[in-house]
Amino acid sequence: MSTWRRLHVKARTARGLLTSGPVTERHTWLHRHLPLCQSLSTSTPLRNDFFKDLEAQLAAMRKKAADALPGSNWSPFEINPNLPPERADIVIVGGGVVGWSVAYWLKKKEMVRGGVKVVVIEKDTTYSKASTVLSAGGIRQQFSLPENIYLSLVSAFFMRNINEYLGVLNEDPIDLQFNHSGYLFLANEDVAHIMEENYNTQLDAGAKVKLLSPTQLKDKFPWINTDGVALASYGLENEGSFDPWTLLNAFRRKAISMGVIQCRGEVTDINYTSQLLRNMDGDQVELRRIKSVKVQMPNSLEYQPVDCAIVVNAAGAFSGKLAEMMGIGYGPENTIAGVPFPVEPRKRFVYVVHCPNGPGLDTPFLIDYSGVYFRREGLGGNFIAGASPEESEEPDTSNLEVDHQFFEEKIWPSLANRVPAFEKLKVSSAWAGFYDYNTFDQNGIIGLHPLIPNMYFATGFSGHGLQHSPGVGRAVAELILDGNFQTLDLSMFGFRRILAQEPMLEKNIV
Amino acid sequence: MNGAVMSAPIMSLHRCYQRSALLFTARRLLSSSSVSPPPLHRRLLLYLTQRFYDVELFLSWRFQKKRERLEGKNAYYGYTKRHHGPDIATAYYILSMKGSLRYVGQSEWLHSKRRGKFNWDFLNYKDKQLQDINMSHTLINYRGMENLENQRSLRTLSLRGCPEVDDWFLARLHVFQDSLEELDISHCPRITTGGLAALRHLKGLQRLDVSSLPKISSPGLVVILLEEMLPQCQITATGYDYMLRQEGEHEAEEHVLGQR
Repeated sequence: MSTWRRLHVKARTARGLLTSGPVTERHTWLHRHLPLCQSLSTSTPLRNDFFKDLEAQLAAMRKKAADALPGSNWSPFEINPNLPPERADIVIVGGGVVGWSVAYWLKKKEMVRGGVKVVVIEKDTTYSKASTVLSAGGIRQQFSLPENIYLSLVSAFFMRNINEYLGVLNEDPIDLQFNHSGYLFLANEDVAHIMEENYNTQLDAGAKVKLLSPTQLKDKFPWINTDGVALASYGLENEGSFDPWTLLNAFRRKAISMGVIQCRGEVTDINYTSQLLRNMDGDQVELRRIKSVKVQMPNSLEYQPVDCAIVVNAAGAFSGKLAEMMGIGYGPENTIAGVPFPVEPRKRFVYVVHCPNGPGLDTPFLIDYSGVYFRREGLGGNFIAGASPEESEEPDTSNLEVDHQFFEEKIWPSLANRVPAFEKLKVSSAWAGFYDYNTFDQNGIIGLHPLIPNMYFATGFSGHGLQHSPGVGRAVAELILDGNFQTLDLSMFGFRRILAQEPMLEKNIV
Repeated sequence: MNGAVMSAPIMSLHRCYQRSALLFTARRLLSSSSVSPPPLHRRLLLYLTQRFYDVELFLSWRFQKKRERLEGKNAYYGYTKRHHGPDIATAYYILSMKGSLRYVGQSEWLHSKRRGKFNWDFLNYKDKQLQDINMSHTLINYRGMENLENQRSLRTLSLRGCPEVDDWFLARLHVFQDSLEELDISHCPRITTGGLAALRHLKGLQRLDVSSLPKISSPGLVVILLEEMLPQCQITATGYDYMLRQEGEHEAEEHVLGQR
């Protein structure tokens, strides 16, 4: 009996090396109860248990061996299933609405199924700090540059037919919750002539806009105080607000259904090769071609280099970091490499106010000449308001904390002046989001940097990224797959203007 | 023994839960008919779609064809417009969509007959504007709207039960803002609150029918807001069961109490 027990203990230790968690646990239980068995019964039940265990062990070993055979995906090392693939054709950095739009259009334009392997890298898939979902979600045609108006018209067309573009078979149709409220711009004496110019540009581009005199304005919206207003322009069609989260998810769902790989991680380094060339003047320029990007996994030291042919920089407010990795702006003065990349994050606050006596269903997305805007949110007397701060009073961008003082001092006085009902409002909530602010001319940057032949930029939209995302995505996909713009010529948004120091300013920007 | 005693109430509780779950599903089925399972062939296709790319491709191709046919029907009648003028083009479009129309100063309506045939008398009314258009239960959509846009003396427009009329269509009705007096958009399944806000341009509107719009979430409030926005307009909104939600909540409460 005692020899048998010793044998059993040996077998147990030997097995202990082989087994995994649950089995050992069961065994210690057995061991603990051993004295009980000993005192009550013979060793037969124990032996039975031992053989039963052995059978289970053998079965587990057989399974492990079968798993290790070629053809199964088992490996002795634990591999993170969320790692991006080792190789990809196109890596899109930034999974905001622009990034996903580029991914979708790339897949839509590819000739054969799986023609391009597209990976979208997003550092925060909960989108808790993403500019896309923290925006006010408006779309307007009242711009001064024809390109911006065309982009808005393209986006409006896209949103009108969104279920043909982004509908997935056997899934629910997309409801953007588009609110056709229209934009209402107010101008004072000083800027009325700019508004008239813009109006003519907008009509030429095909937008449906109407100019209103203060009397007409008062007639249409009796709740507005028209003091100081010289002219108003009012969008009749294709303008309003929608749910950004729905649009982002629709793009993402469709792109993933078409085979785009989504990856959570952050690009921390870029591996590139340099080539020294001589330009017409005889100066040396360094051409940098990206070989791979290093994707750091969230909350770990693990990373994966992704070999790629093309990188799309759609990182929005943080696209400056990526440009910095490529050394843009760090070259000697008065050369192309020395021109800094002008996109930086800027914090903007959005306040939700409750005012039951405020304007009703016909509330437009109103933009006052003081820079304050507001729109209706839902039917319960809630409004969203905000403004851009002065250049000298830009808030700190290290966090997303809301400055309530800013509302009290800058926004509320203007709001209450324009709409007297807003004197009795209550701020019910507020949030902050980042603008991918182009400090050079507040317009998007689309295209290649002359010194980096395989990094396409789609960033710097300074708050228009969401509404222009469908058109921008298509334009970038055309640049990549066709080599030039096919449908809408956006070469004005290229790097040329930055290098030549010719800003393309939007008049009346908000 | 003790275990058996313990397990009996658990079993009964479990059964009770099962039954209540059944009750819930039954009520859900009763409450809205649209949740009923699709017919067999569609379920079979769905099953195949999940396994074969070809079937998926075929289905999306069929969906696309359907869209194209609809867009084709609503295409811009440019040829007719060039040769016969914009008013005849509009009338031709309306009659081929199986709608009906009435000219300014006339008393009888021009209808299309059964199987889409119609009388070509409207060719005599060159350069005569339309006063009333009835597009009820037709497939008119945003694109087809382009054919109606030149009618500046349009007074009534009926879009009752049009499956393709959506918010974007309503947003485009501002072209009739000076003349339109009566608008019927009842029973349109795709209209939401966001589109109704676009009716603010129609300041001359005297009668508006917004009955039975299934996508409107809180119809009572929306109707009040509409009345506030269009003060001189008489708004008809029937077919909404304002009490439905409260009743449902009440029932749910009772159910919870009963379970306790």
